[in-house]
Amino acid sequence: MSTALELSIVIAYLLVALVVGVLAYRVTERRAEDYFLASRTFGTVVLLFTVFATLLSAFTFFGGPNTAYLHGPEWILVMGLMDGVLFAVLWYVVGFKQWVVGKRHGYVTLGEMLGDRFGSTGLRALVAVVSLAWLFPYVMLQQIGAGTALVGLTDGVVPFWAGATLITVFMIVYVVVAGIRGIAWTDTLQGVFMLVMLWAALIWVLVAVGGPSAATARLGEVAPEFLALGSDFYTPQRMLTFAISIAFGVAMFPQVNQRFFTAGSETVLKRSLALWPVLVVLLFVPAFLLGAWGRGLVEADVAAGDNVLPILLAEYTPAWFAALVVAGAIAAMMSSSDSMLLSGSSYFTRDIYRPLVDDGITERGEDLLGRVGVVVFAFAALIASLYVGGEAEVGVVGDILVDIGDTAFGGFAQLAFPVIVSLYWRGATRDGVVSAILVSQAAYVSGVLVPEYATLPFVGTVRVGLAETYFGWGISLYCMLLGLVVAVAVSYVTRPTADEAGF
Amino acid sequence: MSYEKYIWAATTAVLIALSVLWFLWGDARTFVGVPLWIWWHTVWMFVASAVFYVFGKRAWGVGVNRGDGG
Repeated sequence: MSTALELSIVIAYLLVALVVGVLAYRVTERRAEDYFLASRTFGTVVLLFTVFATLLSAFTFFGGPNTAYLHGPEWILVMGLMDGVLFAVLWYVVGFKQWVVGKRHGYVTLGEMLGDRFGSTGLRALVAVVSLAWLFPYVMLQQIGAGTALVGLTDGVVPFWAGATLITVFMIVYVVVAGIRGIAWTDTLQGVFMLVMLWAALIWVLVAVGGPSAATARLGEVAPEFLALGSDFYTPQRMLTFAISIAFGVAMFPQVNQRFFTAGSETVLKRSLALWPVLVVLLFVPAFLLGAWGRGLVEADVAAGDNVLPILLAEYTPAWFAALVVAGAIAAMMSSSDSMLLSGSSYFTRDIYRPLVDDGITERGEDLLGRVGVVVFAFAALIASLYVGGEAEVGVVGDILVDIGDTAFGGFAQLAFPVIVSLYWRGATRDGVVSAILVSQAAYVSGVLVPEYATLPFVGTVRVGLAETYFGWGISLYCMLLGLVVAVAVSYVTRPTADEAGF
Repeated sequence: MSYEKYIWAATTAVLIALSVLWFLWGDARTFVGVPLWIWWHTVWMFVASAVFYVFGKRAWGVGVNRGDGG
């Protein structure tokens, strides 16, 4: 229908991003701290929108509205509680504290901070390895998503492998050149773009159907239960499990956690926090209301694998506008992925390569290594993505990688309590924190990745893994509590090593 | 100053607890076509912003030890 239009919008976006990246390259110094953290100089608008755009992925445009279409608009509450309030509190409790100690000691990554606190290179590498293990498949999911989206956008003219490769190569060039400064600048443009587009879409659709009351009346005809708060799907347990474990997980996701270090001043942090909940609610209310109203407004059934928002817009708005929103969604996917590549590279070079392989590297050398790290990380993920492919038949390894990506938020959430204990409790010991990370990760993996039962020869069916929920509450919450208990208990019975300096 | 920490902790707890309107559970009333509980949530997010603004002005740094150790 509007393939050429959609493609030209995507290409225009890429060109704008590239120009911003080159501008950023010209002002970026050749030091790792400047490449990864912009030397901790971000102002309120850039910090606010770079965290915002990094947090939001294609979920805002596709997955979220689809959930609202299928189950009702309650997901707005989950996002408000998760991102608007809980994440904001964590931004203060974890983020501000990290900013204070990071500025004083020059930390660039979470692992570096914990490793230094406990004088332990092993802990530093452990945090990096655990983070990269969850991040890598998550980057793959973004590449697969972008490749699949390009296939759909061009009606199959661009095959999956070409789409995924094209977007990955572009991101590599862009991230290698631009660094965090360029990424944050495009994030800012993009965050504003997404907000404007979603509100324009909402108003456009509502004008076309005769206002919110008319839209709700049509929703009431097909799904009257959507208007009442709560349902069999939206139980309090499920809503709280999602909100809590994703909020803690987001705070430990490398690309978000690293942004905690980048604020220019305390004033910037104060202003960002005060604007944050409003920004979150302004984005999710239109996105998810459109999804829910789509249930009454879209004539045909939205098939599994299709997305309600583009279909709704195609029905009620002109083609160019719908194309603009779809292009915005692809851009949203890319804006999360570029930040992940950069943070992944910094975790690898700062916390694994430097301490374990070459500690005497110069600042310029480390800057170069960071850029090489982006290329390696992105290509490795691309190879795995092409192997998994956009097909249903992905084999055992492919299934496992997709499963890991889907459960990454809970995996990162397991790091939160060990980090909070390290930041706030003098009595925490290296052994306490290391065992908390190992035990909670193992328990979580056993819950979400290991099948609950397995059939063994001669033995029969035996229980091998934990269930994904107990009493309606997700396993990630139990594992987080387990991590907290282990961190405190083991710290009590062990003594700090001689190297444990505190902050 | 020491009690201040607890007042802010309690305020935060209320902000979190009432982000989801538990006492409107099952309620399907609407206002201008939008469910009442979405209105409440939207207003509540503005309240959260206001609380964070006041916190930034009057109590920033509470609970976060900026000195050595901790």
